[in-house]
Amino acid sequence: MIEAKSLCKSYGSLKAVDDLSFTVEDGQVLGFLGPNGAGKSTTMKMLTGFLTPTSGTALINGIDVVDSSVAARKNIGYLPEGAPSYGEMTVLQFMLFVARARLIDKNDVVSSVERVIEKLNLTEVKHQPIETLSKGFKRRVGLAQAIIHDPQILILDEPTDGLDPNQKREVRRLIRAMAKDKIIIISTHILEEVAALCNRVMIIANGKLLADDSPQGLIGRSRYHNAVSLVVESAEKVASSLSELPQVARAELREGELTLFPSGEGGLFEAVTAAVSENQWQVSALRLEVGRLDEVFHTITRPEASA
Amino acid sequence: MNGMINIMRRELTGYFATPVAYVFLIIFLVMTGIFTFYLGNFYERGFADLDPFFRFHPWLYLFLIPAISMRLWAEERRSGTIELLFTLPLTTCQAVLGKFLAAWFFIGLALLLTLPMWITVNYLGAPDNGVILAAYLGSWLMAGGFLAIGSCMSALTRNQVVAFILSIVVCFLFLLSGLPMVMNLFSGWAPQIFLDGIASLSFLKHFADISKGVIDSRDLVYFVLVIGFWLLANVLILDMKKAD
Repeated sequence: MIEAKSLCKSYGSLKAVDDLSFTVEDGQVLGFLGPNGAGKSTTMKMLTGFLTPTSGTALINGIDVVDSSVAARKNIGYLPEGAPSYGEMTVLQFMLFVARARLIDKNDVVSSVERVIEKLNLTEVKHQPIETLSKGFKRRVGLAQAIIHDPQILILDEPTDGLDPNQKREVRRLIRAMAKDKIIIISTHILEEVAALCNRVMIIANGKLLADDSPQGLIGRSRYHNAVSLVVESAEKVASSLSELPQVARAELREGELTLFPSGEGGLFEAVTAAVSENQWQVSALRLEVGRLDEVFHTITRPEASA
Repeated sequence: MNGMINIMRRELTGYFATPVAYVFLIIFLVMTGIFTFYLGNFYERGFADLDPFFRFHPWLYLFLIPAISMRLWAEERRSGTIELLFTLPLTTCQAVLGKFLAAWFFIGLALLLTLPMWITVNYLGAPDNGVILAAYLGSWLMAGGFLAIGSCMSALTRNQVVAFILSIVVCFLFLLSGLPMVMNLFSGWAPQIFLDGIASLSFLKHFADISKGVIDSRDLVYFVLVIGFWLLANVLILDMKKAD
């Protein structure tokens, strides 16, 4: 379990993280979402014991990360932003170094290195210097060093940043496979990733916590949630006639697509389909919107809202 | 302890995985040769000792040791691996000592490779081997002093060139602090005790004492204190500013 208690970090007069408190339970996959410079990485660096908070602290499985930094670090696996590693070492040498540094029992060092190399499909490159590897392999090396000691808590700073779509999918598959009864914290600014991986999302901007919800909950905040979009002939006429339905709060016509926002009475989709068949409109596309995460993200973090 | 040894082992692997180690060893051996035989007039002097060999060590170290030490921490900062290193369950002390000892042993290896010089002088005459052994010890201790300064300077920046130049400047001050060139800056206005203090900081003087074969505990303590002081400063600098 992680308990962050009023974490603050300032650089001079700049408050990178401003009074952040939260608790993460076992089994949660938490996504830190926020614009660049929001304080996501700084928060992670404080949780991992790399940075000392200006004030406040965090408990990692009950161990204070400020007072007993080294003891707290034993519970954590960490992938820093950009997956840095010692480029001149081979994958195998690097893994052996991390395994020993992670205090793995002397007799288990080799077997745990072999296991993690196998798990992340690094066998073919294990004798190559890390600096000669492609970005995807380097990221996997970074993930491997983070999980080699099977930590209870995994903190991954932008684990899929800069990877191609196939590699992203691969890394996500790995993370999902590890998620069971661990704590995983992921920072990202890729919205689809949050929906794909996390069961909890925290939106951070300017060092402050702006939202803490499940991905479904966040999507539910979208004004598009349960709206109905359709492409139809003579859309303007259709729009004005549908606006009169009690279930429709507003109709918007954009780029040939008509979107109807629910008024809260419910049954919007049914009412629209009924109207379509009754009037025999020529509909070429019709769908129920679940909500748009990018729009929620924008609403919560846009500069006007915080100014 | 295990943590420190692990860091040490990693560092040494790193040296030999890149050309750094080989380039350094070759340059060191070539330079000591040149200094000893050409500038030191090893043969012409007609004495069976290694004085011409050891006399130039401080000047060799002045440039070669910052070249080894500049990457110690600057490279960790530049590549971001410092974040990896200090989120492992290790103390800053263990990391600093591990890196320092690796570099120090490496320089010890370079010194060991000059043993043919010792063998040569024994072949040519009958030198006082006790003096030579003391001088080797003194040279290695002095190298440790330079290295501790270099390691500390390297922790200040993410730029290896800046670390190199800073190290040379600070090492140069320590090297020369007993010579008239530096003393003249202070004499006339500073109190005598201060002058004595500065004069006693000189690497040259302490090294000269040891390499005459006189192992005075004060000279040993001096180098141990210098190393301890700069490594402590190194730890404090890292603890204070890890992130940038």
